Parts: sequence; C-alpha cells; structure tokens
Amino acid sequence: MAKIKPRVKVPKSVAAGEVFTVKTLINHVMESGQRKDSDGNKIPQRIINTFEATFNGETVLSIDVAGAVSTNPFFEFQMKVDAAGDLAFKWHDDDGSVYETSKPIAIG
Amino acid sequence: MNLSRRQTLAMGGAAATITLLPLSFAHATPEAAMEDIVEFSGGAEVGEGDITLTAPEIAENGNTVPISVAAPGAVSILVLAEGNPQPNVATFHFGAMAASSAATRIRLAGTQNIIAVAKMADGSFIKTAASVKVTIGGCGG
Repeated sequence: MAKIKPRVKVPKSVAAGEVFTVKTLINHVMESGQRKDSDGNKIPQRIINTFEATFNGETVLSIDVAGAVSTNPFFEFQMKVDAAGDLAFKWHDDDGSVYETSKPIAIG
Repeated sequence: MNLSRRQTLAMGGAAATITLLPLSFAHATPEAAMEDIVEFSGGAEVGEGDITLTAPEIAENGNTVPISVAAPGAVSILVLAEGNPQPNVATFHFGAMAASSAATRIRLAGTQNIIAVAKMADGSFIKTAASVKVTIGGCGG
C-alpha cells in the first residue's frame, strides 16, 4: 500500500471567534471487513477507527469511525478559536499505527 | 419411492427458500439501526428538532456518498445507514470549539434511509432521516 499521508486544509490566520472550516483527507484502504477475495475468503477489516482534532491539547472533534466510511476518509468540520495555537490531527488505524499532522493557526 | 409432480415442486420450492434465506439476513434491518439508536440514547426518547442531514437524493456510486450533518448545540451526532450490513457509520463528538456540524463520505450498500441522531447539551436527543437512492452499491462482494 502506498505510504499513508494525511492532508489537511486549515486557514493560516483567522479572526478570534470567527468560524472557519477545516478539511482533512488521508489515503487509507478502509477495508470494511465485508468484502471477499477471489477464493471467497473474507478480507479482514482494516480501517481508521478513530479521528481526533485537538487545539492546544483540547479536543475539538473526535469521530468514532465504522467500516461504512469511504476509502480515503474525508472529514470536514467547522470551528472557532480565541487564541493562536496548533491544530493537531490524529488518525488511529486498526493495526495500531497512528498518523499525525498539525497546522499552526495565527490570530490576525 | 414415487414422487408426484406436486411433491417434487413443493420440495424444489422449499429448497429454494432455504437457499435464499441467508441472503435476506446478510443486510441489516431498520430494527438493527433502531437498536443502535437506543444504545446511543440510553433508551431516552428521541424527538424531532433542529438537526439537518444533507445527502444526495440519488447517489450514482454507493462507494462514496457525501453527507453532512449539523445540529446547533449538539455534543455528539450518530450517523446510521439503515440498509448497510452494519448500520453504524460514524459518531461525531464535538468539543467546545467545534461548531456542531461535520461532513464526510460514506459507503451505502443500496437504496436506503440514513439516520442522524444528535445528543444535545441538555441531554435530550433529536433525530432526522434522509433517503438516498443508490445506483451501484458500495459493499464490495
């Protein structure tokens, strides 16, 4: 499988209290555990089971993800901040790995 | 053993029914989705309210159907697909900084209803549903 690379779109600077949109995308097979291979055996589930966004350590959004979320899961949400800081993202894989990225947000 | 034409037909019919039965059980029923709602709400009554679920009326490809949910004042939102093998799709938990809205792309096995249940800050629950026609299902197979 190709290297898993999270991508996020966050404004570089926002006004305090302004509501802005955050978009995230990560390439992942999201194998639902429902499909069968050519021999009729079930392909084991391997999905991103949890997504978390935290701002300066405080949880903004967490998502419990099931197999019904599409390949290359995309999440979009709205939020506001009162101070500058780092918006950190984490994706938890069924195989135990955690993919992380973060973006700074300035007040301006 | 002599079998009449009638008996033979009856046996064939019974065999066909048995073979077909597992297929109808392979997909979740609205009841399974209801169970998930009860689990999420802890048995509390789920009413109507200010919650929106945006989904396309017709989705050509069930593998990636864009949906979005919004419920001002909600602390978490559960999304269910009634006709999927597993009705659970995702549960969003919103922190203090997040607006209670989110969007994602989901898989749908076939034409069905999608249900969104929101837990409000005051502990009450509201839900809404949207029907999506799916041309090609997204459950592999």
